[in-house]
Amino acid sequence: MSETEIPANLKYSAEDEWARDEEGRVTIGITHYAQDQLGDIVFVELPEVGRALEAGEVFGVIESVKAVSDLYAPVAGEIVAINGDLESQPELVNADCYGSGWMCVIQLADKSELQSLLDAEAYGRHVQERDH
Amino acid sequence: MTAVRRTPLYEAHVRLGARMVDFAGYAMPVQYTSIISEHEAVRKHAGLFDVSHMGQIEFEGPAAISTAERLLSRPIESLRTGGVRYALLCNDHGGVVDDVTVYRTGEQSLMLCVNAANIEKDFSWVVEHAPENAAIRNASDETGLLALQGPASQSILADLTPTDLEDLRRYRFTTGPVADRKAMISRTGYTGSDGFEIYVRASDLEEVFEALLERGASKGLEPAGLGARDTLRLEAGMPLYGHELDDDTSPLEAGLGRFVEPKPEGFLGSNAIEQLRANGLSRQLVGFEVDGKGVARAGYEVEKSGKIIGSVTSGSPSPSLGKSIGMAYVSTEHARVDTSLDIVIRGRRVAAHVVDIPFVPTPGRTRAKAPPP
Repeated sequence: MSETEIPANLKYSAEDEWARDEEGRVTIGITHYAQDQLGDIVFVELPEVGRALEAGEVFGVIESVKAVSDLYAPVAGEIVAINGDLESQPELVNADCYGSGWMCVIQLADKSELQSLLDAEAYGRHVQERDH
Repeated sequence: MTAVRRTPLYEAHVRLGARMVDFAGYAMPVQYTSIISEHEAVRKHAGLFDVSHMGQIEFEGPAAISTAERLLSRPIESLRTGGVRYALLCNDHGGVVDDVTVYRTGEQSLMLCVNAANIEKDFSWVVEHAPENAAIRNASDETGLLALQGPASQSILADLTPTDLEDLRRYRFTTGPVADRKAMISRTGYTGSDGFEIYVRASDLEEVFEALLERGASKGLEPAGLGARDTLRLEAGMPLYGHELDDDTSPLEAGLGRFVEPKPEGFLGSNAIEQLRANGLSRQLVGFEVDGKGVARAGYEVEKSGKIIGSVTSGSPSPSLGKSIGMAYVSTEHARVDTSLDIVIRGRRVAAHVVDIPFVPTPGRTRAKAPPP
C-alpha cells in the first residue's frame, strides 16, 4: 500500500475510517480502500452538528451505485462540523478521500481514545488480510 | 457449495483490472473502472460486456418448432429464420420459469438464450416437456457471448466483419465472421441502446473480445461490467429474472402482457394467465422516481399513507437521469402514473412517485409504432 492510499500521519479504524487529530478536534473520513470497494459514491448522509456520538456508533450512511454502507464513529465525542459539500458532490469521496472528501469533525471526549486506533502499518495489514 | 465458475474471459477481466464478483455461480466483472463511466460510455459511445455466463439451449428436429410453440408465450412457427423474439417460459400456474430470447436458426431448429441462474432449471424444464423426436441440447459451455452496446456499436463492429450491418434490423440476426472467427451477430441487447450480441465459440471468445476492444478504443469503446449492465437495463425498464420475475410472478403483473400472445392451441401456462387476465391483477410492476434523498434498493418496502402496499424489486441511481429510480410491485390501485408513494429507506419514509417505464427512450420503442418483434 502506498502513502497516497494509506497516509502515514493518520489513524485508522478497522471499519475503514481515518482520523486526523488536531488538538482534540478529529477530522473523520473513509479510506482509499473503502471508497475503492464501494465504487461510485452517489449519496452521503451525515449527522447534525452538535450530536454526541459513542465510539463505534453509526453516525451516517454512504451509498454507492451498487451498495449502501454505515459510517461508524471511530472515537466518541461531539460533532462540531460536517462537510456540507458532500451533499451536492458526493463524488469528492472517490476523488479525494483524505482531502476534500472528509466527512465530519468530532470534538474528542477522551484524548486517550486515539491510542486504540490503528496506525498506517497496522491498517495496511488489516486491509491485506481481508483481501486474501 | 459448488465452485464459482469462470467464463473464458476470466483472465482477460483480471488483466483489465476488473473487480470480480460471484453472479449466478460465475465469477464476473462488476466493474473495470467505474459503473457510472461504463454506463455513460454505453449511452454515448459503446461498451463491451462479457455475458458468456448466459445459457444457450438448442432445439432441433421435426418436433423442435412445435415443442417451442407449446412452451413459449409468443408464436414461434411464424418466426422466420434470422428472426429473434423475446418470450417467456411459463409454468402451469402462469408464473415465469424464465424470460428468454428465441433465435430461429433454421426450418427445424432454434436456440433459446437463457439467464445464467436458470440454465439447469430451463434445460430440465424443456427436456421434461419435449417429445422424443425433438433433440434438446445445452450448448452453454461451448458458447461464448459478447454484448457490444451503444450508438457506436455498428461502426465498431463494421471494422471487424464483412457482414452488412446497415440492413440488420433490430431483433434480427445473421451469421458471419467477426475478427475472422465464426459468429452469429444479433441486433439485440439489454441496455436500451442500439447494439449487438455476438455469439462465438467459447474457444474464440478471447480473440474476438480483444479485437473489438482494440479496434473500438478510438471510437470510445470501453469494457463494461455487470454493474453498468444493471443500471442500463433498469433505465430501459427491462426486467431481471429473480428481481422482477420469478416462478410465482405472472408476466401480466410484470407488465409483459404484450409478450403473451394468443395461440390457437395455447401454451403451457396460458390458461392460468388468461384466468388472471379475466379476474384482474391485485399487484402490478411500476417504475418510480425517488423525490427525496437516498437510493431505493431491492427488498425495501413501499408504503402509501403509512400502509405497506408493496416492495422494491430493483433500484439504483440513474446515471442518465441523475435521479434515483427503481421498480416495485404495488397493489393495483396505487399503480397509476404520478401516484405518490413512500419508499422505506433504512427505516425512513422517503417520497417517490410512479412514472412510466422505460425511464429513458429505447430504440425498440422510439422507432415506429410497429408491434413488438
